[in-house]
Amino acid sequence: MALLETRRLTAFYGDFQALFGVDVALDAGETVAIIGANGAGKSTLLRSISGVLANGADQVLFEGRPVGALPAPEIVALGIAMVPEGRRLFPSLSVEENLLIGRYGRAVAGAWSLEGVYDLFPILKERRRNPGTALSGGQQQMVAIGRALMSNPRVLLCDEISLGLAPVVIKDIYAAFPRIRAAGASIVIVEQDIGQALKVADRVYCMMEGRITLSGRPSEIGRDDIHAAYFGTKTP
Amino acid sequence: MAVEALQSFRVETRTRLSSAFLVVAIAVLAIGFAAPLFSSRVVIQDLFFILTMLVLAQCWNLLAGFAGLVSVGQQAFVGFGAYTMFAAVILLGLDPLVGIVLAGLLAALLTVPTGFFVFRLQGAYFAIGTWVIAEVARLSFAQWKALGGGTGTSLPSGATRDMFGVRWIADLFGWRASQATDVLCYWLALALAAATILFIHRLLRSRQGLGLAAVRDNQEAARAVGVDPRWMKSTVYLLAGLVSGVTGALIYVQKARISPDAAFSVTDWTAYVIFIVVIGGIGTIEGPIVGVIVFFVLRNVLADYGSWYLLILGLIGILVMLVAPRGLWGLFTDRTGIQLFPVRRMLTGASTTKTITGGTHG
Amino acid sequence: MMWLDTIVQGILLGGLYALFAAGLSLVFGIMRLVNLAHGDLIVLAAFLILVLVTALGLNPFVAALVAIPVMFALGFALQYLVLNRTLGPDILPPLLVTFGLSIVIQNALLERFSADSRRVSAGALETASLQLGPINIGTMPLLTFLSAIAVIVGLNLIFYRTSLGRAFRATSDDRVTAGLMGIRPDRIFAIATGLAMVVVTIAALYLGTRANFDPTIGPARLVYAFEAVIIGGLGSFWGTLAGGIIIGVAQTAGASINPEWQILAGHIAFLLVLLARPRGLFPRAVD
Repeated sequence: MALLETRRLTAFYGDFQALFGVDVALDAGETVAIIGANGAGKSTLLRSISGVLANGADQVLFEGRPVGALPAPEIVALGIAMVPEGRRLFPSLSVEENLLIGRYGRAVAGAWSLEGVYDLFPILKERRRNPGTALSGGQQQMVAIGRALMSNPRVLLCDEISLGLAPVVIKDIYAAFPRIRAAGASIVIVEQDIGQALKVADRVYCMMEGRITLSGRPSEIGRDDIHAAYFGTKTP
Repeated sequence: MAVEALQSFRVETRTRLSSAFLVVAIAVLAIGFAAPLFSSRVVIQDLFFILTMLVLAQCWNLLAGFAGLVSVGQQAFVGFGAYTMFAAVILLGLDPLVGIVLAGLLAALLTVPTGFFVFRLQGAYFAIGTWVIAEVARLSFAQWKALGGGTGTSLPSGATRDMFGVRWIADLFGWRASQATDVLCYWLALALAAATILFIHRLLRSRQGLGLAAVRDNQEAARAVGVDPRWMKSTVYLLAGLVSGVTGALIYVQKARISPDAAFSVTDWTAYVIFIVVIGGIGTIEGPIVGVIVFFVLRNVLADYGSWYLLILGLIGILVMLVAPRGLWGLFTDRTGIQLFPVRRMLTGASTTKTITGGTHG
Repeated sequence: MMWLDTIVQGILLGGLYALFAAGLSLVFGIMRLVNLAHGDLIVLAAFLILVLVTALGLNPFVAALVAIPVMFALGFALQYLVLNRTLGPDILPPLLVTFGLSIVIQNALLERFSADSRRVSAGALETASLQLGPINIGTMPLLTFLSAIAVIVGLNLIFYRTSLGRAFRATSDDRVTAGLMGIRPDRIFAIATGLAMVVVTIAALYLGTRANFDPTIGPARLVYAFEAVIIGGLGSFWGTLAGGIIIGVAQTAGASINPEWQILAGHIAFLLVLLARPRGLFPRAVD
């Protein structure tokens, strides 16, 4: 049984349907990447899983339990933490407070604590008294990841963490992922940077227009397949 | 083909029903004008009360419902207008009717300094800012000893009897002067209500009215398309002040006795008015009309219950805001689609009319 | 030395206004909600204390301690069940609902307690005073002022030193992301309003013991509180204290010239500050 899976997941923004029956699965210990063009529904998928958007209860299963209709705070309590798109640090909180608030809804013992996060991203310790928003983009992204880790999640959802960052900074941030995996979190990353996604993921899903168009192991899928699944230029 | 389809559309604000309603409205006005001929003095006084509250409600609705300016301080202009009229009669010996005109002009002038202060505040703080201004006005007028200070004063006896037109009406219909005064006040209130509604209707249908809706819905976007939100809001604030001042003066010609606490009463001139608009339906011209009728009925039914009356009124207001935020008239239009004073623009022609008319503003 | 006495008495009065204002400031800072029934809730709490004192024979301070959890629960329920439904981009619903609530509370109190003036007796404390050089300081005004400082220190500690305070600030910044942290915004708002009602009860204790009150005086307290908050700058508790002191000193100074000018002088001070510093004296950097 998968740790986390979606079954025929549909999602709407008012009258607008953004997801049309999406099936993805994440096994324990796995890292899965979801790629696709802008507006393909990747972020909507993460927002649905994390409870920001409400869905049908049995459209999202966590350890076989229906959780699709639960609001975000209850999802966090179950151990699914999200690094939201655009980082979304709290401007009124310092770096350290931003990290601490990650434990608000789920304060469990585990690999991640303030020390653990500072060890992972040492620069944050130096800047822990600064307001979160006074940091560079890459440092802000580290805070956002650290904040999600503070709840010692079983599943970490990362939405577009490389967006707007310089390649060297992206490399730094992804360098932390092996340790995050080693500490026991299963990971879903949403990426537009296909190269980066293929590098860290065990499996890849490609989305287009609210549907999954391709899935498989990075080693098994070729560039042409991805191109087709990404842009729909040719029938797979 | 696309071009042809486009040409078959027309932008309209009128509906067939609203045209029919125009005839009815004129008939209602005519009956209203003739009412003193076949109604008792008590009925005329009730109608005067209803009409003046309706005017205040339309003003507040223009501010809050159309311009997004939630004022809790319109009593400043009601009281100021009333005191201006009293000052004109008592200190200058002018005719009360001249006093009413002066009240409107000076109330409009007063909006300049008060607007200067309250427009520094946003949203909810604007609301309490207007209240502070009204309190300052109340406390200041309580210091004006020539007009009775804190205890207030009365119009000199005979001032309203000698008012322009009263004798003429009394002679024509064979009424006593006091009754003729009531009727004259009533006619003025009727004219004021009709003019206010007509004017607001025209305003909302005009280019400026569109700008107003744009400002309310999104100030930044409105600015981007060339609507100056400050200018629009200031204009509405000035107009509402002017009309409230005139109404205040008119109400106090009829009352003939004034005190700062009554003339600047937040309950009488703002709380009641807000309930009328909220219960009837905020953001529509019909809403205050429905609201004032409901308010009047409630007032009469609950008149003997003292503070229970206001308590129940408050509860109804809260309930309406939570359950049906667009009020009774909103519920009615949702069910029937009927609009008597249509102000929204509708695209007609082709076959898409039905889908486009629904819910253009929220 | 008259002027010095006037200023000292004004500062002490400012403590009372800061107590009126702190709850308003707290709620506005977190959820951008202006509760127009705030003044009436203070009066309601004063009547609750009065009932506890007269019916159970409690000391007013003990009565306030008993009233605090009751008022917290009332605030929590009010926010959770009613006011949370009104929050949104449109400012009309919260304003109109709290305005309606103000009318309801006033008239319910009138119905139950009549329009008579009341006072909570604080015994010998009422007349006790300290002689500091040339100035005579009433014990109750001094206690009020010290309580205001204690409340503001306490609120600052909660806001900046506790997990709850972080949740307050985070929710105020970004409700959706706060949800992703496991924060339930509707519950946070309810706790905030409950906390504001705790402050309201402390304010009510001094309102009721220092002067006469009746069911209709709430709106005026709301206006003083509001003026203190605006003068201080939105979101700063110490600023709120400064705002309260400015209103208090202005009122005492006005009253020393002519007793009828007390309230007017406070309002005029407010308008002058608004003229010079539209964002208040201590505006928060992040707004």
